[in-house]
Amino acid sequence: MASALINVPPKAKRGEIIAIKTLISHPMETGFRHSETGVPIPRDIVTRFVATYNGEEIFSAQLFPAIAANPFITFYTIATVSGTIEFKWIGDNGFAATEQANILVE
Amino acid sequence: MSHGAFKGSRRSPGRVFCLSLSTTTLLVALLVTTIPVLTRDIPLDKRKSSYEQMSADTRAMQDEDTANPGMLWVVDGQAAWRAKVGAAERSCADCHDAPNAMKGVAARYPAFDGQRGAPVDLETRINICRTEHQQAPPLAFESTELLALTAYIARQSRGMSVESADARLEPFIAVGRAIFERRQGQLNLACAHCHNDNWGQKLAGIPVPQGHPTGYPLYRLEWQTLGSLQRRLRNCLIGMRAEIYPYEAPEYVALETFLMWRARGMPMETPGVRP
Repeated sequence: MASALINVPPKAKRGEIIAIKTLISHPMETGFRHSETGVPIPRDIVTRFVATYNGEEIFSAQLFPAIAANPFITFYTIATVSGTIEFKWIGDNGFAATEQANILVE
Repeated sequence: MSHGAFKGSRRSPGRVFCLSLSTTTLLVALLVTTIPVLTRDIPLDKRKSSYEQMSADTRAMQDEDTANPGMLWVVDGQAAWRAKVGAAERSCADCHDAPNAMKGVAARYPAFDGQRGAPVDLETRINICRTEHQQAPPLAFESTELLALTAYIARQSRGMSVESADARLEPFIAVGRAIFERRQGQLNLACAHCHNDNWGQKLAGIPVPQGHPTGYPLYRLEWQTLGSLQRRLRNCLIGMRAEIYPYEAPEYVALETFLMWRARGMPMETPGVRP
């Protein structure tokens, strides 16, 4: 499972404030838990999330073990020009996921 | 006990009083623990989904598909639906090819299976299809893939009313009701004590729901994952300090059948989100 759900309005007016919602499937294993046999379960989390709008970074976040599984990140931006908003998640054990959405600004 | 009381009666009057008092206490305790559960079904118009007891934030999570983490399983389930598996090299979609071929199915499950002479729940039905038609090994209960397929199928019934009209289910509904109303576990509680008599009250700060299975499989924030109704039932049994049945036990299916009958007419919410 490595799917993501993205909610970017397909159309917006120039200068409009738009809400962007992202949900990535990830277990966010804290590294503080032990298995049934007492073996520590190694940490496996998403550590960084970056959103770019036509290549320019508009939002980024650092994630920590206290964040629940399947992190849901939502933020706001101003619709300036038509183009692509790209989302990138980076994490432990080489985890990397990318998604993108197009927006038409009128 | 009666032996002890008899021995006591030959001793000093004070001891007799003492003993008879403890005997009375014991008798009362015995009575309390053995009287049948006297609960009544919730009137049909008083029934409500635990969705209504949730915070606005949690409701918003369930309502919006891109905020509902259960949708991650639905998306996976859609892919699994089209994947060719087993010796038959056949996908689910090869037989059920309409876009919403499973619409309404989850709303009437567990359904009676003539071949088995008993109801089967949606998870078991998927595995029957896998073993009989796809010639693939059954998926482990509560595995990601089985949850994904169940969520994908059940999601197609979202908003539809729960149906429980098959007369052949009646004896199984009765069995389910008997389990629901039977005291069990070290706390000596029946399901009905919480979910018929005390819904709306709080248990450890959390509202007690009526216990309608309309959103399964659902995403519990506490689990941080999607889970089946059977997992939820096991949770309750553990809370009551009762012995849990193994997954796929007929007791669960009877309970599921009863619970769906109890929720008849209520809208399906799959994939639900709960705290």
